[in-house]
Amino acid sequence: MSDVILMSIYIFVLAIFIGFEVITKVPPLLHTPLMSGSNAISGITVVGALLSTGAGHTTLATALGLFAIIFATVNVVGGFMVTDRMLDMFKKEKNK
Amino acid sequence: MATITNLVYLLSAALFYFGLKNLGSPKTARHGNGLAMLAMLLAVIITLLSRQILDFTYIIVGLVVGSLIGIIVAKKVQMTAMPQMVALFNGLGGAASTLVASSEYFQLSTQPEMNVLATLALSIFIGTITFTGSLIAFAKLQGLMKGAPITYGGQHILNGIMVVGTIVLGTLFVMEPDNFNLLLGILVLSAILGVTSVIPIGGADMPVVISLLNSYSGLAAAATGFVISNNVLIISGALVGASGLILTNIMCVAMNRSLTNVLFAAVGTESDDSGGGSTEKKQVTRYTAEDAVVIFDNAESVIIVPGYGLAVAQAQHALQEMAQILMDRGMNVRYAIHPVAGRMPGHMNVLLAEANVSYDLLEEMDAINDDFKNTDVVLVIGANDVTNPVARYKKDSALYGMPILNVDEARTVMIIKRSLSPGFAGEENPLFYDEKTMMLFGDAKKMVTEIVQVLKG
Repeated sequence: MSDVILMSIYIFVLAIFIGFEVITKVPPLLHTPLMSGSNAISGITVVGALLSTGAGHTTLATALGLFAIIFATVNVVGGFMVTDRMLDMFKKEKNK
Repeated sequence: MATITNLVYLLSAALFYFGLKNLGSPKTARHGNGLAMLAMLLAVIITLLSRQILDFTYIIVGLVVGSLIGIIVAKKVQMTAMPQMVALFNGLGGAASTLVASSEYFQLSTQPEMNVLATLALSIFIGTITFTGSLIAFAKLQGLMKGAPITYGGQHILNGIMVVGTIVLGTLFVMEPDNFNLLLGILVLSAILGVTSVIPIGGADMPVVISLLNSYSGLAAAATGFVISNNVLIISGALVGASGLILTNIMCVAMNRSLTNVLFAAVGTESDDSGGGSTEKKQVTRYTAEDAVVIFDNAESVIIVPGYGLAVAQAQHALQEMAQILMDRGMNVRYAIHPVAGRMPGHMNVLLAEANVSYDLLEEMDAINDDFKNTDVVLVIGANDVTNPVARYKKDSALYGMPILNVDEARTVMIIKRSLSPGFAGEENPLFYDEKTMMLFGDAKKMVTEIVQVLKG
């Protein structure tokens, strides 16, 4: 197994551990924004879509990539905006 | 250039980590989201600058169209439709993974490495299941299809066969990458599996499903990352995959049901709101808004238990108005949020926040459950199963073992509901027939508005 693949696996496994650590500390209050926010982050696929489309290969490959960009961008932009809308609503009691 | 790109990717990943971390506290949550947005922007920009991109025309088109759609949809969606929106966006992310993997297939070198082929097939598998599964979740929540589980003989065996079939096709594909039909077969089987895995799950369990699908879309992104050897996809995909899994686990623990039970046991019946559910005729007295106010006049403490019915009736603003009047009169008002109330974890919190309810009045179940016995009034609005005492003792019930809110320990219980029909678990709630329970039948918004008017007048 080449070094590159091995390193990628290391990164993957470590990232999983980090993911577990980060999430256990979120209170139920924020679970919905969390789901929405992490969903937006999964739109990172857009980076892959950009590379696929931009490589300038066959028309089919470019077309598939184009749709991938559109879907992933909707996921990202829509996801972050919706999360922001939700978070905007959490405010402590206005005391002044 | 590649070094700089990878360093920026590392920065993006770090910012995603801090973003998710900051989502852990209401004070920093907004910043967390901002950091994640920044991370995404950095990753996109550095990719565009990385000189691996030769043709910008389609890219610009794609980014612009996607952004417009995302902005319009995000601005227009109602807060109550949030769960199905997350499902939809999630599905699109899964589809994107499948599309990228497919595009990469047509750009493969003549001697593709085995791990690239394997992760390509895996990407398509996970991405497509996520896509169709999310569409079903969306349809169930949006009411486009019935929420009750759809079961048929041998479905689990059939699903199992399809999974095995996909693995077989995947293995064959790795050995014979020129055979596009193998990949097509994986695509079709995955699409079917996404549907057949989600339709037997009742609408009330959709939060768990969405959380799981969220995790899958992260894993799909990570798999795609392996295909194109892109680190930011691998790291971020793994982060999202892990976080979705933990959240799914938290939700199952809160329902005291195992994940296998949720996914395979087809729990739930058609929620019948036309008013039938009880086979025996039991005595239930209908109370009015005036009766409720009399109770409030003599009470010092109230705990409000919101449920999905509150969201459906859009009664959260009227509820806040009522709560404010009671607080102005010196009553101690708090909200008890059960972990699975509503359609998504934290759904009730978001709904109440929209109505400007201060979040320090919201209490989690564990924090407030002992206080019910010292509370004068409990107002249950649009919630049912989370208050059902049957969960404590009825061993053959779907609810058995689920931790519930101890509303029956309070002095008076007021329940606002449209009818006596059971909740999603199909279990009758003996609380309705208890002597100290006052049933206020009607639409939540109308009833609460009536109470407000009586309180004011």
